[in-house]
Amino acid sequence: MGRARLLSIARQGSGLRIRFDKLGIVIALLVAYGALGASFAVLKPNRIVQGEAKMILAALPAWAGWGLIVVLFLAAAASLFRTSSWLKLVAAFAALVTLALAIGSAASFLAPAGNTYARVSPASGFWLLLFAFMLLAADAITRLRPPPWMRVLFLVLTAGGVGAILLSGSWNGLSIMKEYAGRADVFWSEAGQHVRLALGSLIVAAAAGLPLGILCHRVAALRAGVLNTLNLIQTIPSIALFGILIGPLAWIAATVPGAAEIGIRGIGTAPAFVALFLYSLLPAVANTVVGLAGVPREANEAARGIGMTDRQRLFQIEFPMALPVILTGIRIVLVQNIGLATIAALIGGGGFGVFVFQGIGQTAMDLVLLGAVPTVALAFAAAVILDALIEMNSRVLIGARSA
Amino acid sequence: MIEIEAVTKLYDDVAVVDNVSMVIEPRTVTVVVGTSGSGKTTLLRMINRLVEPSSGAIRLDGEDNRSIPGHELRRRIGYAIQGHGLFPHRTVAENIATVPGLLGWEKSRIAAKVEELLTLFQLDPKMFGSRYPHELSGGQQQRVGVARALAAEPNVLLMDEPFGALDPIIRAKAQDDLLAIQKHFGTTIVLVTHDMDEAFYLADKIAVMDKGRVLQYGPPAELVRAPAAPFVETLIGDAERPFRLLSAAKIGAAVEPGEADGEPIGEDGTQQEALADLLWSGRKALPVVSASGAPMGRVTLDALLKCAARPQ
Ligand SMILES: Nc1ncnc2c1ncn2[C@@H]1O[C@H](COP(=O)(O)OP(=O)(O)O)[C@@H](O)[C@H]1O
Ligand SMILES: [Mg+2]
Repeated sequence: MGRARLLSIARQGSGLRIRFDKLGIVIALLVAYGALGASFAVLKPNRIVQGEAKMILAALPAWAGWGLIVVLFLAAAASLFRTSSWLKLVAAFAALVTLALAIGSAASFLAPAGNTYARVSPASGFWLLLFAFMLLAADAITRLRPPPWMRVLFLVLTAGGVGAILLSGSWNGLSIMKEYAGRADVFWSEAGQHVRLALGSLIVAAAAGLPLGILCHRVAALRAGVLNTLNLIQTIPSIALFGILIGPLAWIAATVPGAAEIGIRGIGTAPAFVALFLYSLLPAVANTVVGLAGVPREANEAARGIGMTDRQRLFQIEFPMALPVILTGIRIVLVQNIGLATIAALIGGGGFGVFVFQGIGQTAMDLVLLGAVPTVALAFAAAVILDALIEMNSRVLIGARSA
Repeated sequence: MIEIEAVTKLYDDVAVVDNVSMVIEPRTVTVVVGTSGSGKTTLLRMINRLVEPSSGAIRLDGEDNRSIPGHELRRRIGYAIQGHGLFPHRTVAENIATVPGLLGWEKSRIAAKVEELLTLFQLDPKMFGSRYPHELSGGQQQRVGVARALAAEPNVLLMDEPFGALDPIIRAKAQDDLLAIQKHFGTTIVLVTHDMDEAFYLADKIAVMDKGRVLQYGPPAELVRAPAAPFVETLIGDAERPFRLLSAAKIGAAVEPGEADGEPIGEDGTQQEALADLLWSGRKALPVVSASGAPMGRVTLDALLKCAARPQ
């Protein structure tokens, strides 16, 4: 029997049976293991010792435990079949909200009353479940192809939901929140520093990179040299680059009058900022060059032919048409900077990395999470917002290209 | 009037345009023909100074084209290219409004001009004004390209193979539209093509270029009657000569008094069209009417055969 024939029989067969979703099967297996095979929360007598892992039914009051399991399995069932993506999205959201509330109540259920040293933190099962349902939500959103504004709306709703849970205090029993409670002031000042480092270096890199990119586009002789140099910088490992910068900046601080007064030092914010700036230059410049090179020759030709000056052509024709590609560069830079800014803490630059490295030093995983979770959330939000911006700017141009 | 005087353009010491002189009369259509690489585009682009001549001068209505900055000169001269060159991120209306916008026209005047041009090019302003170029057919894009070139009411329109990307039927329509527009505005048109049929159909005068030189510059019939060089003869084609003569002349020029039967033909069609009609319908004569429909006489097969014969 031919292969085609076999395939067609298989296809007929699948038409009769219930149709399973391939990713759904993976998600359902993850959920089954996460809920029944792995522990949900860990109870530790204090913040650094090994703890005692608890399964869902042991970590929660009986009604809540069974309730959680039912919700998780219903949502997993929704993921399993080829049904409407909206249904899957709703199921994923419901499961995520339930998980968020359950881990909070596990904390208050497990911690002995009045014991301020005991810590409850999420365990592998919780993280698996979280991952599984985020995967389901992401898959559903991808299939729904929501317009850019709707994706931003999803982001705002998610942020609002997390914010509401935080404010409600239902996570206050969790160890990560206990770490936060002990250093709330520092947390927000480091958060500000993290954003200043990531956004500030991005803005300076854009301010320098766009003109440099335009220059490279117009002056072909510069292009290879500039891009190769920036490429080379990109290959220097971040810690090494911070190190390399300490010497020159310390020298500038010592010799250039006024440099030290405005905060230039061998360690601290200055080298971190400069390093992030240097890393940001390549994507900014390269994407500007690529974007400008992608502007159709005829459009440029016509712009000149009907009497635009070079400047008008740049701002009215080339730049708007290159914008989606340039924004893609900005997106790369921003997400990369939010991540890399973590390393700044190593040379006293501050940011969320402070908690990560303190936590590693004290083997306090909860403190590490206090630095890592906001960093990931920030990077994710930046990616969603910039993707939406890029798409809004490239609709017309994508249409033009495919036409 | 465009006066091109001893213009030469050198690229790496090679004369791409070689000592070209010609005078283009106002309100006429001049077609520059020649094989690929003969320097047609370069010659055209020196008129609006997209390319600066190495030597020589070009005057527009007596004024040297270097007397004002290049971009200001180009705003006064229409420019349309093959593949239309529309701005993909701007709507049809915004594309057409580009030059008036650069010139600082008032909004209401720009809007009125856009609407006038779209209507003139048979594109419903309400339907097409807000569309993007990729939402139009090739023929519509090309019309918008020409409309954009005409938006600031230039006296001169330069066109570089404007119809090269169109299929034959749309192309024939675009050529007719262009002639109608040229009559309407009285624009002086310089058009580059390598299509001899197009040249003979559109041109008041044809300039034949080869290797940077203009070998011959004159009315189409003169090129057939007295080719100045073997290259001109080759370009016209031996087998095509009688038909080229007929296609370059209007029916009105061959009308004689008298009657004929059957469907009449308009006086502003080409004699080639009249001949085709006569041959196909097996008649000896056709009634001719003016544009308004008034009878003018007839055109006979004999008269057309004389028109197509080698001029004495
Ligand atoms: N910017 C330029 N630099 C060097 N050579 C050029 C340039 N522009 C055109 N040429 C050369 O000039 C010749 C004529 O080109 P062009 O005017 O475009 O011819 P056509 O339009 O008749 O095909 C060609 O050989 C072309 O390679
Ligand atoms: Mg050309």
